[in-house]
Amino acid sequence: MKKYTILAAFLLVTSAVITVSCSKEFINEEAPYTIDSENYFNSEADYNRALIGAYDMLQSSYINVMLGEIASDNTLSGGESATDVIGIQQIDEMTHTAVNPNLKDVWNWMFAGVQRCNYIMEFKDKTDFANKNQVIGETRFLRAYYHFELVKFFGGIPLKGDKRFSVNDEKSIPRFSTADVYASIEADLQFAINNLNPIASQKGRATKGAAQALLGKVYLYQNKFVESAAVLETLITSNTYSLVSNYNTIFENSGENNSESVFEVQYTDAEGASFGCLQCSEGNVAVGFNGIRNYVGPLFDSGYSFNVPTQEAYNAFETGDRRRDVAILNITAWAALNTGVSYGTGYKHTGFFNRKYIPRQGDANIGDQNLTNPNNYRSIRYADVLLMAAEAYSRSGNNVKGQQYLNAVRDRAFGDTNHRITLTGQSLTDAIWAERRLELLGEGHRFFDLVRTGKAVGKITGFTANKNELFPVPFEEIQFSNGNWQQNPGY
Amino acid sequence: MKSKLMFIAFLLFSSIGYSQLLEVSGKVVDSKTNMPLVGVNVEIQNTSQFYITDVDGNFKLSKVPSGAKLIFSFIGYKNFELKVNKSQKLTIEMQASSEALEEIVVVGYGSKKKRNVTGSVSVVSSKTIDDLKPINATQALQGTVAGVVVTSGSGAPGSGFNIRIRGISSNSNNAPYTLIDGYEGDISLLNPSDIESVTVLKDAQASVYGSKGANGVILVTTKMGKKNSKVRVSFNSYFGYQETTKKIKLLDATEYALLLNESYGNGGQALPYPIVTGLGRGTDWQDQVFQKAGINNKDFSLTGGSEKITYALSASNIAQEGIIGLDKSGFDRSNARISLGIDISPKLNFSTNLIYTDYNRKSLNENGIGSVLFNAINTPATLTPYDANGNYTLVPATPGYGNEVINPLAQIENTYNNYNQQRINGNFVLQYKPTNDIKITTRYGFDSANDVGKTFSKRIDYGNSKVFNVTNNSVSQKATRFSSYTFDLFGEYEKTFYEDHKIKLTVGGTLYENRGEGLFATGFNVPYNSWEFADIALAGAPTFVDLEIDPNSLPRPGVVTNGSYKSTPYKRPSIFSTLDYNYKEKYLMSFIFRRDQSSSFSENNSVAYFKSILGGWLVSQEDFFNKNGIVNFLKLKASYGTLGNDVAPANAYRSQLSGEGVYVFDNVITPGVAVGTIPNKDLRWESDTKIDLGIESKLFDNRLEITADYFNNTRSDLIISGVPISGINGGYAPGSGAPAVNAGKVKNSGIELVLNYKDNINEFKYDIGFNITTINNEVLEVNNSTNFIEGGAFAIGQLPPTRMEVGQPIGVFYGLQTDGIFQNQAQINASPVQNLGSPTSPGDIKFKDVNGDGVVDFKDRTYIGKAIADYTLGFNINLSYKNFDLLTYSYASVGNDMIRNYERTENKLNKLNYVLDRWTGEGTSNTVPRVTTGASSNNLFSSYFVEDASFLRIQTIQLGYSLPKNVIDSFGISKFRLYGSINNVYTFSKYRGFDATANTGDPIAGGIDSGFYPMPRIISIGLNLNF
Repeated sequence: MKKYTILAAFLLVTSAVITVSCSKEFINEEAPYTIDSENYFNSEADYNRALIGAYDMLQSSYINVMLGEIASDNTLSGGESATDVIGIQQIDEMTHTAVNPNLKDVWNWMFAGVQRCNYIMEFKDKTDFANKNQVIGETRFLRAYYHFELVKFFGGIPLKGDKRFSVNDEKSIPRFSTADVYASIEADLQFAINNLNPIASQKGRATKGAAQALLGKVYLYQNKFVESAAVLETLITSNTYSLVSNYNTIFENSGENNSESVFEVQYTDAEGASFGCLQCSEGNVAVGFNGIRNYVGPLFDSGYSFNVPTQEAYNAFETGDRRRDVAILNITAWAALNTGVSYGTGYKHTGFFNRKYIPRQGDANIGDQNLTNPNNYRSIRYADVLLMAAEAYSRSGNNVKGQQYLNAVRDRAFGDTNHRITLTGQSLTDAIWAERRLELLGEGHRFFDLVRTGKAVGKITGFTANKNELFPVPFEEIQFSNGNWQQNPGY
Repeated sequence: MKSKLMFIAFLLFSSIGYSQLLEVSGKVVDSKTNMPLVGVNVEIQNTSQFYITDVDGNFKLSKVPSGAKLIFSFIGYKNFELKVNKSQKLTIEMQASSEALEEIVVVGYGSKKKRNVTGSVSVVSSKTIDDLKPINATQALQGTVAGVVVTSGSGAPGSGFNIRIRGISSNSNNAPYTLIDGYEGDISLLNPSDIESVTVLKDAQASVYGSKGANGVILVTTKMGKKNSKVRVSFNSYFGYQETTKKIKLLDATEYALLLNESYGNGGQALPYPIVTGLGRGTDWQDQVFQKAGINNKDFSLTGGSEKITYALSASNIAQEGIIGLDKSGFDRSNARISLGIDISPKLNFSTNLIYTDYNRKSLNENGIGSVLFNAINTPATLTPYDANGNYTLVPATPGYGNEVINPLAQIENTYNNYNQQRINGNFVLQYKPTNDIKITTRYGFDSANDVGKTFSKRIDYGNSKVFNVTNNSVSQKATRFSSYTFDLFGEYEKTFYEDHKIKLTVGGTLYENRGEGLFATGFNVPYNSWEFADIALAGAPTFVDLEIDPNSLPRPGVVTNGSYKSTPYKRPSIFSTLDYNYKEKYLMSFIFRRDQSSSFSENNSVAYFKSILGGWLVSQEDFFNKNGIVNFLKLKASYGTLGNDVAPANAYRSQLSGEGVYVFDNVITPGVAVGTIPNKDLRWESDTKIDLGIESKLFDNRLEITADYFNNTRSDLIISGVPISGINGGYAPGSGAPAVNAGKVKNSGIELVLNYKDNINEFKYDIGFNITTINNEVLEVNNSTNFIEGGAFAIGQLPPTRMEVGQPIGVFYGLQTDGIFQNQAQINASPVQNLGSPTSPGDIKFKDVNGDGVVDFKDRTYIGKAIADYTLGFNINLSYKNFDLLTYSYASVGNDMIRNYERTENKLNKLNYVLDRWTGEGTSNTVPRVTTGASSNNLFSSYFVEDASFLRIQTIQLGYSLPKNVIDSFGISKFRLYGSINNVYTFSKYRGFDATANTGDPIAGGIDSGFYPMPRIISIGLNLNF
């Protein structure tokens, strides 16, 4: 009998231990020092912190800016060799396929931006506070910004309203038409215009003006000239922004967030990243990539010689145009002018570099020297606003306004009023387009301007009509969608 | 031989007394050789009293009841029985026979006679470990156990090994569950000499470990002292040197210059070397980086026991330099151990076993871009290691050399780091035996490690624009702590009913828990840019202005970057039960049940049940079987069971704000929040079904042992973390990542065959072992509707080269299929257009239009290789003649491929010498494409980069000589053996890379060779000394 007593006692102890240890509190203990994302948004501060996360993805748009130039007639791929960053090389040659790591980055990073905005939108009604509409306004501005990048590159994309995508949505949610995407962007920006402060509380935040400018641009991309002119006119007449008199100062460190800056993507040299996670850098990765290869000399730091302007782009500037030597560094002229300059010749060396966005000396470049440059990306400048307004007016028949805004930009470029344009009609529009190229050279707009104005064929070597207007959806994404999404035509 | 559990159990029996007691003592010897037999079990029938003979074969039994029968049993010998009626001194001669299955093996919470084991279980003895002298005990399983494959991703001293039992089933973790004396621990840190045996459970036998058993189970038993034995002292030492076994064949300086001229010419560019005379052979960078490196090992142990106490003490140290960088990749491990057993009362026994490990390691960058070997392979032979001033030559920063390739010697010199782990692990065991048939065990095992590490990034300029330049020096330090415990409480009930029905019931529970935490810090501006001053105590804020002005200025005090983590405790409570039934020692059945709960999953998915059934038939025990014929022993067995695997990333089922959400407002870095890895709340257990059919036999007077097993394992609901998913989910944001999902089903089936033949011709003894395993690995399901998951990386920015895809072995290589070389433009015109992003010229690789749509593009990728071998083999020979012994161990792998990914395809970097066979004009080559600096598709991942990595490696050859007994006896020495040994003797393989045996261990991407650090060849001499 004794042994059964012992056995029973043993079983009792065992089952007691098991019962205690199997309780939920014991097993699924809370993860220490972490925050559960689904129980967040309990205060205004929570919303603001999540909003910072949504801004973060702007920094990864450096690749969009590079591709917008390299794909165009402004610059060539460059780099070290024909195989250095093969995705960029192929886009320059217009031989790119759906297998392109750089296009995949654009897709992945811009959608990550959308997802971070929708994280806030999904919980927008959870906690109320006075400043709510400002936060939601900034969120919706950012969502519009990311959506606009996506629609420019890929055309129609999947949308899920204010909800985050979840796994397997790629197999069921269709690619919406570009019109649907634009409608969503317009709604977001309209909300932002109605709710955002005209003056940013901190440098770098989206403002009412930024939303107006972006909306004007979005209308222009859809050839809605009247709407575009209207919203841009409101912005211009608000007198919030003005052209900086000296074009050269705009792109230096001291010229960041100046009176001409309508929206600017903020970077710093204080925290970098590695090649394994370029999107993690707080610096502008494009700047190091654009830098002069193996450069030794004053003012600039070296880089990887991508995105090199063509001779044709250099020649496009009229004599007396002060913008040429700001936009384009003529390295041979520079070497002749300064002592101790030496540099390497990379692939497709033209002798020109994208001077607005190459590394300057004196930056801390914490982390990787080439990946942590502090140069902010001047995403929307007031000059761009003026030229968009000029175009919208000109194309909707208002020559006077068209000339006025165009000439405001030209006056600054030449430092005089002798270079004003008095053309009208299509000639005026052509002049505005030519001006856009010169004013905004190196800033990532050219390819999309050529495509939307139907001028890409013939200007861009290798450009195939009815194909290259859009970039292909990444090969992997088409695979993931399992037949739900069709590839863009021609790819 | 006898597991300690049984040992203790029997001791507890010994309290039962009889009236008339005798004292019997004596010596047990081999009937042929008259050599004393050590460790013979001397048992008094029908009592629990027993004795194990000491080193001289002596035994002494007091309290033997008059008329009792003594049973002498010993592995490899026939039982000897004797009735005693008076106190006496005897000499027992035992006859060798190979009913050698009397061995006791640990099979879970208990142990069994080997002949009664119904599962597929292999044991590696301390003898094998002694023979192989592994630096890491894991290596002792390499080639010695059928069905077990041991690979390594690096030959650098102190690197880990991957153990795979019966193929690759999981995508998260394929490592077997390893227990040291019953608690979860790390076999690789043990002193191999401390190990008594390593048992490998390969089939449903492992299901008593439920959730942890699916990858197989490794049970390590450490050495313990024996009762009533003299103090035994043992000292072992070896020292030697190591060297590389292989150099990759590269171009010499002249070949390189000529080749460069050709490629630049083909690319329409100026010739870089208009004059090639006088370049000669140039620098052999591999000779520069590979060095002869030292190794030495010493261990000391002391074991013994009295009537109630057993003890074992040991201490060891091994120091190994790296064949690259010597001390810079060196490793040093010291172990100390104490094991103690105490009989508190006849019914209660306490034992403990404590191990302390101190482990130091330094490492160099390896396996990939930026590794020393990558630099040695790619740096041109035209460059000298040092310039005229004796400084390291810089790899030019001009185009064609890449920004990644730097002088490997400068790299070694400027690499500074160290890592130290102090670890203490062990257990405390109480066994209580209230009656003869009940035993209750409580066991608390623990494992606790403290790690500190430091890395110094020296301010260094490897040449303009090199990515490894450091402008602002820094020192990063970490201190982490990890601890776990395994608590067991179980009871065993063993009883015979109606004489022939033996049952054993085991019921119990286990609780395992682990947790960890750590602190990290980085300081900048290390004074004097020197390792000697590299500590955050002296470093400062991340500005380098002061140093620009005065390199010797002290850093500005300031903030250092800090980080910390505290892991979510991982917990796993379990209950289990096993029932063994044995009828007349002929028919055997076992039933195993286990319930596990795991904190890896959400509440609803956390529980899983596992069960299995095993059966065996000892045919040779039947009356009709003639044991004295050709076949002396025959056992048939079968098992079926379910097991599981819960290895999922921590918190994979919950969504956390662990992403990086940082932006710059007002020029100041402003931290926010962002969602981290995408969660999967439905994540659940992997489940595994294992079937095994086996046969064990002994033939020809037990000289030949044949064991064969068929196995078929199916793993469902594979947990795969980081599976690439659509970018729309936001997983590519900083700090985010793809979720862990249950995404597939994999089957591994195959056959294991083990042959052992042991005999002697007079004093010439030989023992030959051979094993072969076939593995057929097939992915049955991938539940993401695309039917595949991609993995790995090839070159830069290319599509992933490896896949887990339905109908294919896991990790199948997926790329373009080459179809020769285009010899002329006419062939190009006549072939499908190659729409791969670059123009095609004669001399380029022709790819197959696999889908036949008239265009060669990425849709034509197909299956072009696999990293899993068709067969793995082991072949071992032990010979001895008089005082000499010779042994060899070899293993082989057939049918596995590897991806060559250690070439950087920059124009001016060095190349492998196979390019000498390149296409240079029509008819010159149909395998190696032309060289050009222009764009081409030749570097896209294709079968051109896949090589057969089958190999046969002679792992060990060792020749030993033991001084004759009559010489050493007078010095009180029982063994004095000297030996010479070569490890990693030679590898037969066609593979071009450094090490055909290497594998990163990644289930999908393991077969990508980015420049593996090869296993060194070790040439050593050693000494074994026993007192």
